[in-house]
Formats: sequence, C-alpha cells, structure tokens
Amino acid sequence: MYGWSGKIALIDLTRQKIDVQPLSPDICTRYLGGRGMGGLFLQPAATLDRDHPDVPVCLFTGPLTATSAPTSGRCHMVSISPLTGLMADASVGGKIGVQLKRAGWDGIVITGKSNTPVGIEISDSHISLVEAKILWGMTTDAVHQHLNPKKAGLACIGPAGENRVRFAAVITDRYHAAGRTGLGMCLGAKKLKYILVSGTGRTRVKDPELLKQARQDIIRVTAASPALMGRYGFSRMGTGAMYDLMDNRHMMPTDNFSATWYGSAKNLNAAAYARAYSPKNHGCRGCHILCKKIGTRTSAGTAMPEFETMSHFTALVGLQDIHLVTAANQRCNSLGMDTISAAVTLACFREITQKDFTPASLLALLDDIALDRGQGKALKKGAAAYAGSMGQPDAAMAVKGLELPAYDPRGAYGMALGFAMSTRGGCHLRAYPISHEILRKPVATDRFSFSGKARIIKIAEDSNAVVDSLIACKFIFFAAGLEEYAKVFSAVTGQDVTAQDLLAAGERIYYNERIINSCRGFDARHDDLPARFFTQPGTGASQIRVPPIDRADFLQAKAAYYSVRGLTQNGLPTRKKAEQLGVSWKSL
Amino acid sequence: MEILVKKYAHKLVDAGLAAPSGPGAPLVGGLDQDLVWNRTAPEIPVLERIFLHLNINSLVFLRPGFPYDRIIRFLAGRALKAAGTIMPQDCETRTFLHDLPVVEQFDLPAIVTALKQRKTVIIQGNDRNTGFFGPAVIAPGTVSPEQGFVHISSVCFACFVAFFSNYLTGLKTGRKDPEMDQVFDQVLPFLQKELPASFDLMHSPFCREKDVYAAMVQAGRKIVDHGLVDSYFGNLSCCWNNTLYISQTGASLDELTGCIDPVPLDGSSTAGITASSELTAHLETIARTGCQVILHGHPKFCVIASMDCDPVRKAACAFADKCHTHCPVPRTIGSVPIVPGEVGTGPYGLCNTLPRACETSDSVIVHGHGLFVTGKTDFNRAFSTLAAVETLCKTRYLEQVRYLRPA
Ligand SMILES: [Zn+2]
Repeated sequence: MYGWSGKIALIDLTRQKIDVQPLSPDICTRYLGGRGMGGLFLQPAATLDRDHPDVPVCLFTGPLTATSAPTSGRCHMVSISPLTGLMADASVGGKIGVQLKRAGWDGIVITGKSNTPVGIEISDSHISLVEAKILWGMTTDAVHQHLNPKKAGLACIGPAGENRVRFAAVITDRYHAAGRTGLGMCLGAKKLKYILVSGTGRTRVKDPELLKQARQDIIRVTAASPALMGRYGFSRMGTGAMYDLMDNRHMMPTDNFSATWYGSAKNLNAAAYARAYSPKNHGCRGCHILCKKIGTRTSAGTAMPEFETMSHFTALVGLQDIHLVTAANQRCNSLGMDTISAAVTLACFREITQKDFTPASLLALLDDIALDRGQGKALKKGAAAYAGSMGQPDAAMAVKGLELPAYDPRGAYGMALGFAMSTRGGCHLRAYPISHEILRKPVATDRFSFSGKARIIKIAEDSNAVVDSLIACKFIFFAAGLEEYAKVFSAVTGQDVTAQDLLAAGERIYYNERIINSCRGFDARHDDLPARFFTQPGTGASQIRVPPIDRADFLQAKAAYYSVRGLTQNGLPTRKKAEQLGVSWKSL
Repeated sequence: MEILVKKYAHKLVDAGLAAPSGPGAPLVGGLDQDLVWNRTAPEIPVLERIFLHLNINSLVFLRPGFPYDRIIRFLAGRALKAAGTIMPQDCETRTFLHDLPVVEQFDLPAIVTALKQRKTVIIQGNDRNTGFFGPAVIAPGTVSPEQGFVHISSVCFACFVAFFSNYLTGLKTGRKDPEMDQVFDQVLPFLQKELPASFDLMHSPFCREKDVYAAMVQAGRKIVDHGLVDSYFGNLSCCWNNTLYISQTGASLDELTGCIDPVPLDGSSTAGITASSELTAHLETIARTGCQVILHGHPKFCVIASMDCDPVRKAACAFADKCHTHCPVPRTIGSVPIVPGEVGTGPYGLCNTLPRACETSDSVIVHGHGLFVTGKTDFNRAFSTLAAVETLCKTRYLEQVRYLRPA
C-alpha cells in the first residue's frame, strides 16, 4: 500500500506480549487513520467499564503522516475517558507521529495492565517493554531529561497520570500536550509511564510530483490567510492571537462563565507575552505555521501558553498576571494535566468556596491536585464530580463532564450547539465553528443565530473527523479545505478521491463515536449545556448584546441536528443508518 | 435560511449579474433540517438532488445576465472542445477556485462529479428534450449561500477578464477568430458606460472615531455600486489617531458596518487577526508614504491591462508561467506601475512589492489582481484616481483593439 504501512502492533501489557496485525486496504480507506482507526479499534471495548484493563489505548498515525503534506506530522490517541465515560481522544503534536510512522507502524493498540511501571520503546520494527520504576513519580520534564530522546519522539505522563487525576494529560516531546479527556490517567492506570519511538523508514508516496503540487496549493492559500500567516496570525503570535478577539467580541468566559468580558484583558494579551518573553517559533514536525511559541527571555525555554490557557488562567479564575499564567501552564505540563480542565475546576472551586485566588494559592492547588493531597483529592475528579459532591452541580461549567474551553457559547451559537453535541463532551474542536463565527472563514455566519447551524455543525464535525484521521492540523482549515487535502490524499495513496468521499469517511468515523457513546449510556439528556447559559446574560456593550441563549431555539437546533445526523430524537444511533454508512453496529 | 437565500438572490441582481425576474433570476436554496428556495423553478427537482450527493447546506444557480452570458457561453464552448475547463489567469481564481469545470448538459451525474472537485460548475448547453437553456453556473456552499454568491461572482469576473485578455492576445498574435470577434462586438455596448470623474464623499478632517467608520462605510458602498470590485472583494483602510482602521477579511464592502477592525500601530493588540489579508501591505504602505487612506478594488480593465504582455517577448520569458509573482520587467500603464505579488504574506506576497511602488505613485496595479490607490486624508481623491486609472486602462485597451483589428 501507499500512504499506510499496512500494519499495527498490539501490545498487551498484562501478558507482556506483542503481536503484529495487518490492516486491510478496505479498512484503511474506510477509517483512514488517526481518530477514525482509533475509534474502530475502541468499539469492541465500548461496553466495558472505564477502568477495565481490556480497554485499549490506541495511538494511530494517518496516511499522510511522515510525508511532505503540510501539517501532517501529528498522531491521535484514543481510549475511554476516566473523566467523562465517553470515548476519549486527543490530537498529539510534536514528532512522535512522524517517528511512529517512520518506524513502519500505522498505529499501536495497548491493552492490559502492567504490575510495575513500564515504558514502551519502539525502534523501527523492534518493540520492547522496558522497566520504568525509576521514572515513576517523575515530572514530564524530568522524564524527558532522563530519557533524552534526541531525534526520537517521546510521549509520557507526569505525577497527575499516576495519581489518577481524571484530566491528566499525555505530554509529547516536552512542549506538546494530548491534553483533553484524561488520556494521561488511561496510561497511568496501565502503569505505562512513557512511549519512546524512533524510525528510519519512509512513507511510500504514489505520486510525489502531484504531492508537491498539492502542497504548493495549500501553502499558497495559507499565505493568504490572515488568521494563520498574517501579521497578527497564529504563525507570528501563536494561538494567543485569539485573546484580543474574544475580548472585542465580548465572549471571554469570566468568573466561571458568569460574565463574558474581563476588564483587565487588554494587558494580558499575546502582545504582552511577546514583550515580556520575546518568544521564538516552534512547532510540530512537518508544519510551516509553527504556532507554538517558546520564550527566549525572562525564563528562557518556557513554553508560551496557548490561547485557552491564557484566557482561563486570567479571566475565568479572576487573576491578572501573565507570569502566573506561564507558571501555571508550565506546572500543568510538567505534572501532566490538562490546563483547560484544571482551570475550569479551579474556577468552580472559587465559585463554590467564594474565596479568591492569589497566584501562589492557585499554583499550590495545582500541585495538590496532581500529587493527590488536601483539597486536590476532591478536585482531581474534575469540575462536575467536585461540584456534585458539594451539592452545587450547576457550578460545573462542563458538558458531559468535560470542562468548557475559552469561548462563551452565549457569544456564538454554532459553538453552543457544537459544545452540546460533541462526542467527547465540552469541546470546541469537534465542530470548530470559530472559523466562520469569529474568523470569517470560509465566510462569516451570524454568531447570534441558530439558523442553518445544525447542518453546518454536522458537516464540520465530519470534516474535522477526517482531519484528525489523515492526519492534519485543524488550524490549516482556516485557510485550506478538504478539496485541497483530497488532492494530497490522492497523491499519497494513489486512491482517486474527492472531498466528498473523504467527508463520507468522516461521517462514518463520527457515527461510530456516537455508537460507542450510546453503548456507554449517553443519549439526548446529556447533549446539553449548563443551565447558566440559558438563564443569565453575558456582559454586553454599546454595540453588542449578549443575552442568554433562548432555550426553545436551542432545542429546535438540537432536534434539527439529530435529524441531519441520522439519530433518533433521543440522540441515539440506529442500526439502519449504521448499515447505510458501513459502520459495524453495537448496542447496549 | 429564508432570509439568507433572499438576501443573496437580491445581491446577485444588484451586482448586475442577473435579471430580477424570469428564468434569468437567481435561484438560491438553503438547507438546514428542510430545504428552502427563494422562488419556484423547473430546475429545482434536479438541483435538490445535488444536496443528496454533496455535504453542502446551500446552492446558488444562476443564468448570468448580459454580457456575462455571451462571454461564458463562448468560453465554455471552447473549453468543451479542449480539456473541459476554463483556465483564467487572474490571481483570485488561481488562488481560490483553481480552474472552472464546464459540462455540456444540465445533467445530475456530470454536475455532481464536477462539484466534487471544484467550487463551481458551468453548464454550457441547451437541451431540446428538457427545454433547458444555458449558460448557467452552479455554486454550493458549506456554511452559507454567501459562498455560492461569492464564487459565482468570481466566475463571472474571471471569465470577463479571461475573455478580453485572450482576445487582445489573439489579435496580437495575428490569429483570425471571427466567432470571437462576433462575441466581442456583441458585448461592446457594455463597455460604453463611463465612470464619473469625481465623487462626493465625506471630507476630512475626521474629528471623531465614528466619522472614520462612517467614511469607510460610505466609500465601501460606493466602490461596489460602481462595479469597481469583483463581487464585493477589495479592502480599504484609514489611519487615524495612531490606529489603522481596516476592513475585515472577506468583508462585503457594501456592508462594512461592524466589519472594520481597529489595529493599533504600536502592535499592542492582535485584534487585527480578522483584518483583511492585505493588512501588512496597508501598514507598510502607510509607514512608507505617510498617506492616511488606502483603497483597493479589482476594476476589470486594470486587471486585464496588467496581464497584457507582448506575445513574442512572453514566449521568450523564463517566467512566462509565473507572471503574477515573478514578472521581471518593470511595467507601467501611463505612469501607473504594475507590480507582481500574490495575496497575503508569503515570500512572493504583494506586501513585498506594493508598498515600495506606492512611494513613487499614488496608484499601483498588482498583476492579475487589482488596483491600490493611496490618499492624503480622505477617500475623495483616492476614489477619483481609482476611476481615472480604470478609465485609462479601458481606453488603452480599446485603442489597441481598434489598431490591431483588421477593418
Ligand atoms: Zn484584492
């Protein structure tokens, strides 16, 4: 095959056994790779308890990984979330994806549970399980330093993953987080401390000349994109460039989503970090955008926080200190936990206890969470479980247990619907309507209206499922489209496909996720937003009104979504639709 | 959706691309849970089925009005005899639409096949069996009928530019083409319309921020009203109080209210992330020239003139397939310089060429793309310069045709 290597490794930690399994061309075409393939291998475990040892952790590359396709150097991790009970997954940056593919693997599926801490080391076709007792308890920085991976790709967990923090992250290549849904705890539960991969092979490309052409097409449209390559775009300023925009649009979640505008925001924007840290560019393998920023001054080598972290560790928790944000970001990375969930859980704690943070008290709490001490024992279960245990479930700003990112849904209704419907819980990336509701691409839509949004969200979800499976970075789709990537895909694999064919695969991948979640007891009751958004207005301004979301409008859009997605009005998948899409069926 | 499908149907008529009623009136459909159309039409049963094959939420169907109907029919006919696509050379088409596929009949499978690859499809033919007559253009959208509107406008613009460009090149190479002569003669009346020499726009000084916004909104509407842009693209900016006010990316110039970004010149905010893709070029031009307003449109004959190159010289040129980024010859029309450069901030981006050229001239044409003009303090002078340059380009074009075409 071209594009795919055609084999995966099944790694059983209980029996310490490694098997090689071939992948059929048909499976590859239908599930692509990454998130799609991960979902396929997760489905058989859909009815298992979330901490059952047979629940796999899947790490998959895609057909484009380790080719010259723009932004293709990523991979995708999939399991069952200890935080939400839903399918868990996250896109993984850095270079581990490229290394895994170069080593000749489309993916690895890890099952079982080791009795003692282990690491998985992959060097081309050779895979070994290595004792990792000495690393257990170490921060991710320390693991990185200790293993000194050089050109190899390294994914590891920190103390948070070991201590069953439900929003623990997996950190790859020091700076990149597979942050959301608690994948770090999935690894921790298997006593798997790290995965180290190096490869020397290449992805076979069917038509290198066509690939070159397709690559140039994409580079050209990115150059024309203000959001990516413009003076204030991600390439120059990092994702923090969104901060001023959210401030201007009055949709910055403030004080645990009780307001949507933060008076101090002007001094806490990306320009402020640029002045304080003089950051330099850094990015994933195979990317020309290089949106990651690493400080060269103040504390050199420190990663600049992403937009979500910038916003949540200021406006959401009521602090005004960029150095605190940088420190909290570094602490979370080092301890191995998701910054979004951590910040939202702390904001929930602040609302319930009515006690403001100081920078020091906030950092101390982050340590307590990761190290399982004091208040951290309750907070490590996430905002929903914590708020529930305190008898104030409405104070948890989460959907299906996943804490909300830094876009207030009262300021963008596609986002509201996207949050509620997402197969991984409160996540902005499944439908990513920021593109048209805020960044005006491909064209602007009315952000205060549900009109047309059900179908827009459904199509975008399918499209992003493709992106997470090929794999490419979502950011590039602010400029390019699946049309351009279909050409890349054809060039790499030799399969003549169109954007519509890819979207059909995306729909299949997404429907499978709905099936998995329905097996876990999720239905229309869970596809909802916290009550606050329907009852309290946001913070308006002279030109912008931010009313509460109209509940009836929301429910109408939700019903429309179910109909467009081919679900019952109770939000459940049907066998008929599954057959029509060619997805294998499973139910409770 | 009802509001949107009506809005874009009207805009196509206002842009002079379609008839207000009859079979030439635009047909716009939008789908959320249900599919709604702006009017009834015999084409709807076929068009509805396109929604079953593509993941789209809207669709625009248009039989372009005069002169685009003649031009597109001609180019489509030629395309069908060759590779099946029209290949315009202007910059917008190259960047965003690539080439324009053509199919012969109003036939669902052929239309779907084309739309699986590209953003638009042109239907050339007449079908006696079904009573269908062309040419027609179809363009779907994934989030809004605005996409179909934009893409169809771009097709009309690109075909217009391609036709007149090819015509002139044909004459220069001595090619005899009576069919093309005939189309040219048919559309000639369209070119008779003159642009006004001066415009009455808000005068500087602007005392308050809201005057700046008002002046920009007014200038934006004017530029669309006079057809000096393709669909509504282009951008404009005004520098006031150490802040550059600039139209947002993809903003409709005739609807700029709420679509202007204030960008502080000291870089203290990144709110300019939604600003026009030419923000860097604007900032650099203002820094170099000290002018305070910039107006950028895509007047058709400026674009045509910028691509006018001596065929013999072009045949010998090492960059003949990269004119828009690499043209090595310093060229002018009258005293207006023509510079290469593509949209955005890439290595061959126009932000590298345009600002320098603006130091010597208050109007600069970017190859295959459009015209930038600078103004001291308000849009009045900039506007008349824009109109004058377009008039000059058109006049020069017609003179050349008259000179080259045998009587
Ligand atoms: Zn332009």
